Amino acid sequence: MLPNTQTDKIPGSYQYGFHDDVKPVYSIPPGLSARVVQEISHIKNEPSWMLDRRLKALEAFGERPVPVWGANLLDIDFQSICYYLKPSERQVASWDKVPIKIKQTFDKLGIPQAEQKFLSGVGAQYDSEAIYHNLKEEWKKQGVIFMDMDSGLREHPEIVKQYFGTVVPLNDNKFAALNTATWSGGSFVYVPKGVQVTVPLQAYFRLNAQNMGQFERTLIIAEAGSLVTYVEGCTAPVYAVDSLHCAVVEIIAKPYSRVRYTTMQNWSNDVYNLVTKRAIAEEGACVEWVDGNFGSKVTMKYPSVYMKGRGSRADVLSLAYAGPGQHQDAGAKAMHLASDTSSNIISKSISRGGGRTSYRGLLHVAAHAINCKAKVKCDALLLDAESRSDTYPTNDVRNSSVQVEHEATVSKVGEEQLFYMRSRGLTENEATSLIVAGFIEPIARELPMEYAVELNRLIELEMDGSVG
Amino acid sequence: MPNLLEIINLHTQVEGKEILKGVNLAINQGEIHALMGPNGSGKSTLASVLMGHPSFVVTSGKINWQGQDLLSLKPEERSHLGLFLAFQYPVSVTGLTVEHFLRSALSAHRQSAGQKILSPLEFRSLIEAELKLLKFKSEFLERSLNDGFSGGEKKRLEILQLHYQRLLHYLSPTNVHVMMAGKIIKSAGSDLVQAVEQTGYQQFEHLNVA
Repeated sequence: MLPNTQTDKIPGSYQYGFHDDVKPVYSIPPGLSARVVQEISHIKNEPSWMLDRRLKALEAFGERPVPVWGANLLDIDFQSICYYLKPSERQVASWDKVPIKIKQTFDKLGIPQAEQKFLSGVGAQYDSEAIYHNLKEEWKKQGVIFMDMDSGLREHPEIVKQYFGTVVPLNDNKFAALNTATWSGGSFVYVPKGVQVTVPLQAYFRLNAQNMGQFERTLIIAEAGSLVTYVEGCTAPVYAVDSLHCAVVEIIAKPYSRVRYTTMQNWSNDVYNLVTKRAIAEEGACVEWVDGNFGSKVTMKYPSVYMKGRGSRADVLSLAYAGPGQHQDAGAKAMHLASDTSSNIISKSISRGGGRTSYRGLLHVAAHAINCKAKVKCDALLLDAESRSDTYPTNDVRNSSVQVEHEATVSKVGEEQLFYMRSRGLTENEATSLIVAGFIEPIARELPMEYAVELNRLIELEMDGSVG
Repeated sequence: MPNLLEIINLHTQVEGKEILKGVNLAINQGEIHALMGPNGSGKSTLASVLMGHPSFVVTSGKINWQGQDLLSLKPEERSHLGLFLAFQYPVSVTGLTVEHFLRSALSAHRQSAGQKILSPLEFRSLIEAELKLLKFKSEFLERSLNDGFSGGEKKRLEILQLHYQRLLHYLSPTNVHVMMAGKIIKSAGSDLVQAVEQTGYQQFEHLNVA
């Protein structure tokens, strides 16, 4: 048992060495303290600036109250969560060396081996650490970096130091602070000037240790005129104890670059999923978030784009599905901080069996940002009378040259719709699945094909439990 | 041999109001019947009850289909037996393509009949022929189900599905039932039904089916 140490007594660098003479531990006991944070940093052998950053973030985390403006987060017990876990000591360079157990997890998710030729580079996070990496030779030649964040910090410390925390500061919000203090894994992507990465970079994430927090940190830097698509999918086994997923994603899109970040998450129904995703778009750059939220107990996630450069663009497609006992509080933020910027937000939510979805969005247009265009469209689909959907749009528009459109619809799966489809031989579940699949089609068509297939399978599974 | 369809003293309520007040009807294999009657006489109600619409409550009476109790079956099970209700106002489902819908429905039928599910390619070749018959272009398959369809397109898609379920085969006209106030008051042979068959589907489009 480690002694509990107060944050304010901890000097800026690690000096205790309590693991020097023993084999490194791969799992730190549950609980959050400066000592835990130091140990995480020590295991990773991080530079002192990162440890400093972590400890400052821990202070910020302690100072901030649990936010009460959104979903209910008061039941999270931060001291019962395990903040670091390492399942596999080594990084493997080829698929053959990936442990069988982990391959089985992939199989259960229905990810075919054949897909690997499509997955030119894969980073899979199993528990806290990425275990598999493969980057196509040509990208190496082009100077593209795609690796887990821990390796990124080790191998490219100067780039990480330059950008880490510049989009999401350590004290941005309570959960960004927690992530900064305890992060492990996540992806580091660097695309040099003018390089077009035509095949998506993919990473599969999953939570696998009971009561474990997952605190991955992702940093994507797209240099001027480059193009990159990053895809991330998550599924998680179901556990009885509450679990926490608290990630931070930072994207820097340099002038005239284009970055698309696609996430499809299916957390187990006991996970608090609290993620800060933010991008900075410089002149003429385009950032697209495609964000699908299934599962979890509570999700709070609002992918944001800060359009700092003239003529930059933000596109957000957000999808949320809430079943019994779930609250999906999702949305988007479009910050128009320069002229001629445009944003397009499409949010689709599905509620079933008493599930609750909320759209929470912020549209900000600065006083000096003229000729901006913004469009927000929120569609909610309710599958039964017990379910709930709310919309909380905030528009903060400070000049009159802006063109803003806002549209919101709520629809219910009707008896007539179901009867029509059942009269053609489909069961109620099959009919509902087809209606839902149709509803989310505008988002599904933006996904890589295997994700669209997985998504449809997920919906069928969810609908299976929905009747009787 | 039992009748194909036998309706015995059928009483039906919707929202507490009695609509069908003791309907009796027997139909044999190979017969075409047209129910005729003024608005509100219960034609659509009868059709909906046959298909199992959840809003209609059968208070008494029986319906047998090839000797089997129809009222205990779900709508999809009735469909698998070969019943088909063409809708007057087919509902639309945004984002669901005609192709996906038709293929799902066919798969459900084949599965219930213990037949192999058709691959997307096999389905394509089957449906192309049906589309030609009804003068649909193959792009039609990519559209959202009944979404923004013209009245004619909706009717033709209903007929396509009807035809496609192989239910118009081997039928020959014999009777028309005239319905008044929820009861069949007259049954007779009809030129109308013959006309429908002779002029084909084009004409059928204008017939109020449900």
